[in-house]
Amino acid sequence: MMTNLVAALGRAVLTLLRESGRMMLLLLEALSWLVRPPWRWRLFFKQMEFIGVNSLFVVALTSLFTGMVLALQTYYAFRMFSAETLVGATVALSMTRELGPVITALMVTGRAGSAIAAEIGTMRVTEQVDALTVMAINPVQYLVLPRVVAGIIMLPLLTAVSDFIGVVGGYLVGVKLLGIHGGLFMNKIYEYVEFSDIYDGLVKAACFGLILTLVGAYKGFYTRGGAEGVGRATTQSVVLSSVLILTSDYVLTALMM
Amino acid sequence: MEPIIELRKVQKSFGQERVLRSLDLSIPKDSVSVIIGRSGGGKSVLMKHIIGLMRPDQGQVLIEGQDISRLNERNIAPIRRKFGMLFQESALFDSMTVEDNVAFPLLEHSRKNRREIRDIVETKLASVGLKNMGHKMPAELSGGMRKRVGLARALALDPKIVLFDEPTSGLDPVMAAIINELIVRTQSEFRATCVVISHDIPAAMSTGHRLFMLFEGRIIAEGTPGEIQDWDDPVVQQFIHGRAEGPIA
Repeated sequence: MMTNLVAALGRAVLTLLRESGRMMLLLLEALSWLVRPPWRWRLFFKQMEFIGVNSLFVVALTSLFTGMVLALQTYYAFRMFSAETLVGATVALSMTRELGPVITALMVTGRAGSAIAAEIGTMRVTEQVDALTVMAINPVQYLVLPRVVAGIIMLPLLTAVSDFIGVVGGYLVGVKLLGIHGGLFMNKIYEYVEFSDIYDGLVKAACFGLILTLVGAYKGFYTRGGAEGVGRATTQSVVLSSVLILTSDYVLTALMM
Repeated sequence: MEPIIELRKVQKSFGQERVLRSLDLSIPKDSVSVIIGRSGGGKSVLMKHIIGLMRPDQGQVLIEGQDISRLNERNIAPIRRKFGMLFQESALFDSMTVEDNVAFPLLEHSRKNRREIRDIVETKLASVGLKNMGHKMPAELSGGMRKRVGLARALALDPKIVLFDEPTSGLDPVMAAIINELIVRTQSEFRATCVVISHDIPAAMSTGHRLFMLFEGRIIAEGTPGEIQDWDDPVVQQFIHGRAEGPIA
């Protein structure tokens, strides 16, 4: 019983180490192509559109409601000690430091990270990845690099939009619905939110962009087993990305404190 | 005839399973060579070694005399440009039109302008009997048409060697005959060396100049279709005549 438990734990640790190692090697190979031609600008822009522009609506919508509910919750809490005017600053700080990057990353993981795993996974099981290799085109350079770079660039931009719309949501609820003075609401934001709060959030977002695109590409790239394998890779990529985003969020926040 | 592809004592295992066992193979230039063997018997693994998609555990893979088995990805790329390959399921890029699929290797590896590339694409598509189909998406095509587009793409850069992985599997007899005819024409018109892996014995006999039989990780028979027909080995005889009873379990 005990031996089995230790063996299972050992297997899990070995799998974790092997998977992490392979993912890092994939990342290093992709990054090594950053400095070597050909540079595929068209693919970069296409992925930037797919990961960034096409995620804009869902990120804006979720951020708006996050800002709104945050204002609603904090208003009733702060009212107990007459600090309603701090609602704006609380919403802005929460959005820029934490919720903006995390919500954006989770939304993009669900929308684009899963699609990356499914698309590359389908290409793998239908031999399209082999076809690229046979045509002397490096599949890591062609498929992985544009997605990873687009993720690193687009997540901070989406997060900036998310931060702004979250604050707008908070303003709508706090000022228009609950009657907090608009000037005070904004004033407290200027008073308490520093540039480093926004900057730290955007750095986190870039890290999340790397995680979700790399995990999606990795799971897709090593897909085995037909349609079932593609489905498994897609699910695993969403779960693993989400877990890594939330755990790395804590580590990054602790480092930035 | 001078060999263009040579495998020397190639061994490959996946875990405990030994797929290729000290395999020797010599493919002559400017010919159609067909490698026959059972499904799951290592034919695809063998083909992947020829094009460097897999590396042998031991042994050498020589393409025009150059050993590719120890080359890194960067150095193997120029060798791969000598090849065109038709995949079993065609492996067309879903997100591109037929025209873009065929143009893809030209855009990547030639210095031709858009107009020249368009002309080549039209010629290649016409040569496989698919004129005016360039605007279609792969999903709109039948299996046979997809194979022909795959062949047009494989021929886009006029390769010296064209590999065919089970080219007629899943096709109706008429389409299979068309594909077999295209294989023969590819060799004669484009002066290419064609290597076909197949378990379609009648097609192998009619298209192949030279046949190789792969069994239990080795080439156990090699010769012209006539020589293979008369090969004095019960395994070969059972396989080519498709008998249920015999030494092959």
